[in-house]
Amino acid sequence: MVDMLAGLMPPEIWRLIVIVVQILAIVLPLLIAVAYLTYAERKVIGAIQLRKGPNVVGPFGLLQPLADGVKLFLKETILPTGANKAVFIIAPMLTFFLALIAWAVIPFDQGWVLADINVGILYLFAISSLGVYGIIMSGRASNSKYAFLGGLRSAAQMVSYEVSIGFVLVSVLLTVGSLNLSDVVLRQKETMWFVIPHLPMFFIFLISALAETNRAPFDLPEAESELVAGYNVEYSAMTFALFFLGEYANMILMSGMTVILFLGGWLPPFDVAPFNWVPGIIWFALKICAVLFVFLWVRATFPRYRYDQLMRLGWKVFLPFSLFWLVLTSGVLVAFGWLPNQG
Amino acid sequence: MSFLDRTARAFLLTELFQGLALTFRYMFKPKVTINYPYEKGLLSSRFRGEHALRRYASGEERCIACKLCEAICPAQAITIEAEPREDGSRRARRYDLDMTKCIFCGLCQEACPVDAIVEGPNFEYATETRAELMYNKSKLLANGDRWEAELALRIAEDAPYR
Repeated sequence: MVDMLAGLMPPEIWRLIVIVVQILAIVLPLLIAVAYLTYAERKVIGAIQLRKGPNVVGPFGLLQPLADGVKLFLKETILPTGANKAVFIIAPMLTFFLALIAWAVIPFDQGWVLADINVGILYLFAISSLGVYGIIMSGRASNSKYAFLGGLRSAAQMVSYEVSIGFVLVSVLLTVGSLNLSDVVLRQKETMWFVIPHLPMFFIFLISALAETNRAPFDLPEAESELVAGYNVEYSAMTFALFFLGEYANMILMSGMTVILFLGGWLPPFDVAPFNWVPGIIWFALKICAVLFVFLWVRATFPRYRYDQLMRLGWKVFLPFSLFWLVLTSGVLVAFGWLPNQG
Repeated sequence: MSFLDRTARAFLLTELFQGLALTFRYMFKPKVTINYPYEKGLLSSRFRGEHALRRYASGEERCIACKLCEAICPAQAITIEAEPREDGSRRARRYDLDMTKCIFCGLCQEACPVDAIVEGPNFEYATETRAELMYNKSKLLANGDRWEAELALRIAEDAPYR
């Protein structure tokens, strides 16, 4: 059937169709996951605060994300008079777009990756750095002091934490000897999950991921108590929804990165009978869920950092420590001759 | 030594993990949420909700238009016009209560010598228009008829303390 269809049209068009179908196969489950992440967040935080969370729309409130989506979709998009209209509209689109395209290099299972490029880690790092542009643009274009302050804070915060994320990535890729994300996972199959040798880096990465996605306790760009809602004060309806989807898709992306870099990607925890019957993508999804739960759990537990504390943690603790760990990793790898790709 | 101690605690994230453990335990505690429209919390018998004008068992209205409630009302929400009825008894021609002014202090029911104006247990009387919150005598009497059983019980429960 598929072969027959492929024979009917020129190969370039067929390739295009295949790519589009593959993209949809990634993006649609991702959007559904984002919707249910908001539901999970409200349920988990509710449970920790001894509340029930949404339970009215549908069984156990399972249709709540759909109701929220429909509401946001039907509302009016308000363009503030003083706003720079074009940039104001492009900003949420950019955030959302960047949150989606990063998924092109994520391996869901052995060989299940849209673009198996050899610079996967660099690509992810570049895309997550670009993510700050959407926020800066929205802060600048809204022509509102709250949005502007939120944008500035976000820019400074993301730049600070990207530095230590960079060093974490470098120590991991030294151990792997490749920038390809599939190779990262395969290397963990040969040795062990990197969470064991790189445990401190795992925590630094997790905490930096919280800062990178502007999540509590580092949600200063949208600190309700000072900035109302930060960079998205002026946004409504679908423009707001795109920011929201982008933020949550970024959370899932950072969890995915954590899983690939430290928790063995699609690998089962033990390569023995009942575990390796389960398909890799299920393990991948389960691990992402576990990391996402930590995101929500942390949000329900810790109060927000003060801005100077945030900067101190980023520059004076994480940066020197990850640099030290990088040197230690290279030293150990060279001293014991464990460097991959030698000769 | 204290520096080492502090640094070790900070780097091992001990306090953060303690906090996380606490919130994790809380996640499995029973929920305190009340499913509001389906479940309701307990109300004290002294709860001051929507007003009502009561009647005697004979069906005669209690209010004698003494205007004590009107006089004491700090928000000046009550307006009463009195006139003698055909049988010569003194009754209120108008008894208007502006629910948008009322502060639910309960002084009207304290002032009432015949337990006519009372604040009942009802708090679910939201309306769609402001005009509907301008209660007149017939609305208040209708409230009294609707809630009489509970109003009588509340007065009986509170009686020992008066």
